[in-house]
Amino acid sequence: MSLLQVKGVSKHFGNLVAVNNISMTVEPGELRAIIGPNGAGKTTFFNLITGFFLPSAGRIIFDGRDITDLLPARRVWAGMARTFQVTEIFPELTVRENLRIAVEAAAGLRLRAWLSQVDDQKIRARISELIGMGGLSAKADRQVGELSHGDQRANEIMMALALKPRLLLLDEPTAGMGDQETYEITHLIRRLHKDSKLTIVLIEHDMRVVFHLADRIMVLDQGKFLAEGTPQEIAANEAVQTAYLGQAA
Amino acid sequence: MKEPPKQGIDRGLVVLAAIWAALLLAPAWMPLIGGYTALGTRVLVLGLAAMSLNFLLGFTGVLSFGHAAWFGLGAYGCGLILKYVALSTPLSVLAGTLLGGVMGGLLGALIVRRRGVYFAMVTIAFGQVFYYIAFQWSSLTGGDDGLRPFYRQPLHLWFATVDILNNTTSFYYFVLVCFALAVAAMAFILRSPFGRTMVAIRENERRARFLGIPIELHIWIAFTLSCFFVAYAGTLYALVNNFADPRGLHYSQSGDFVMMAVMGGMRSFWGPLLGAVVFVVLQDYVSSITINWQIYIGIMFVVVVLFFPRGILGAIRRRAAA
Repeated sequence: MSLLQVKGVSKHFGNLVAVNNISMTVEPGELRAIIGPNGAGKTTFFNLITGFFLPSAGRIIFDGRDITDLLPARRVWAGMARTFQVTEIFPELTVRENLRIAVEAAAGLRLRAWLSQVDDQKIRARISELIGMGGLSAKADRQVGELSHGDQRANEIMMALALKPRLLLLDEPTAGMGDQETYEITHLIRRLHKDSKLTIVLIEHDMRVVFHLADRIMVLDQGKFLAEGTPQEIAANEAVQTAYLGQAA
Repeated sequence: MKEPPKQGIDRGLVVLAAIWAALLLAPAWMPLIGGYTALGTRVLVLGLAAMSLNFLLGFTGVLSFGHAAWFGLGAYGCGLILKYVALSTPLSVLAGTLLGGVMGGLLGALIVRRRGVYFAMVTIAFGQVFYYIAFQWSSLTGGDDGLRPFYRQPLHLWFATVDILNNTTSFYYFVLVCFALAVAAMAFILRSPFGRTMVAIRENERRARFLGIPIELHIWIAFTLSCFFVAYAGTLYALVNNFADPRGLHYSQSGDFVMMAVMGGMRSFWGPLLGAVVFVVLQDYVSSITINWQIYIGIMFVVVVLFFPRGILGAIRRRAAA
C-alpha cells in the first residue's frame, strides 16, 4: 500500500491559485524529489501535506487514513516529520536540549511533570544516538544559534528523526549552503534513505542533489503538475526543459 | 567561550545558597541597612507575583497584562473567607488560590489562540472586568473602600500556636515558607518535560508545533498554572495588608508585575524577585520623600530597558560569564 496519497489538492489565497489540482503517490521506502521554478507552489504543497495550511480542495491519505483535516501535531503523531526552508530550531538552547524536547515529545512524555530514572536513561541514550548520527558530537553542548548553517540544519533533521517518522519531508535541505555543507547534508539524507529505509519527500533547487538522491522526481510549474518520472525521464522531458530554460531559449 | 558546565553548576548552587541565606536572615540584616521586616514581607509577596507572571512571560514567551485580576481575586477570596466564613488562615489561602486560579484557567481557555499584542490586550480587558466587579459590588466587596475588616489568624501547628498577626517576624517566616513552596513548585515544573515544552514554545512555536506539541493546550496549562501561582501570591497580599483593595485587580497593578519581571530579568528564574526588591524598596524610600515616586521608578525602568535589555540579573550574569 502507498504510504502517502495526495488526491487533487488545491490551495487558493484570494484570487491566487498557489496549488492547482495536484496528485502524488509515494511508496514506502521511496525518495521523492519535488522540483520546479520559483513560485511553482512546492512549499505550499508541502504545507498542505503537513497541515500548515488546510487545502481548498482535495484529500490527503497517509498510511490508509484520511488526514486532510487533522491539525499539524496530530499528523506528527501519525508519523510525519518535516524541516523548513528557513531552519526552525530552538536557537538559545544547546543541541542536546533541542533534541531532548523532540525525544520527549516523541516518547509521549510532553505533559509529564516527572521522569523516572529509567525513562531518563532511555532519553539520554536516544539523544546520544541522534547526536552521533547527525555528526554533532563535538558541538552537543553548544547553543544551536551559534552553530554553522549546516550544523543547524543537521540539528533540525535530527529533531525530525527523533520523532521516528515514517515519512520525512525536507523543504530545501541544502538551501543557502556552501559546497562542503551541501555534500555533508546530501550524504546524511542518503544514509537515512539507504540504511534506515526511510521514506523521504524533499523539495530541492540544487539539481546535483536531486539527481544524486531521488528515486522519482515530480515537477511543478506555476502551481500546476508538469511531469513525473525517474531522474533520467525528467532530464529528457521537453516540457521540463522549457519550464526551466524556456524564457532564455 | 562558554565555561565547562561543571563549574556552572557549582556556581549556580552557590548563588542559590546565597539567595536563601539572604532571605532566611532578612529580619536580622535588614534593620542594619535601614529596612524593616514588613518591607521584606512585601518584597516576598510581590516578588512571588512577579515570578508567577514570569513563569508565563519568561519561560513560555506569553505576555499577560491582566495578571492583577487573578492576584486580586486571590486577595478577595482570602479576605471573604476570613470575614464571612471561617477564621482560618490556611483555608482562606486555599480558597483565594482556587478562586483566582480557576477563573484564570476558565478565561485562559477562551484566549489561548491569540498571540502577542492581541493576547496582552485581551488579558487587560478580562482583568478590567474583574476590577469593575470588585469596584461595583459594594455589598460583598466593600467597593472602592476595599474589603475590610478581616485579620490573619494564628497558625495552629501540631506543637504550637504561632501568632502571625502581631509578630512581624513570625509573619515574615510564614510568608517565606509559603514563598518557598511556590518557588519550589515552579522550579520543579520548569525542570520537567512539560517545562521544557514551555521553553520550546518560547523559542520557536512553529518548530514546537511540528514536533507534535499541541501549542494551545500547553500554553493554556502554563497560563493556568501561572494564574494559580499569582492568585496564591494575592492571598498572601491580603494577609499582609489585612485588606483587599480593588486597585489590586487594576491593570496598572499588572503593569507593575510586568515591570518587576522585565527590570529584574525575565529570562532568569530569580530575576523578577530582584525586580520586586528594586521596585518595592524604591517605592518605600522615594514615597517617603515625594508623592511622585512613580516618576523615579519609571526612569529606572527606562534606563534598565535601554541599557540592560536582559534586566538587572541578565546584565550581572553576562558580566560574570565574561
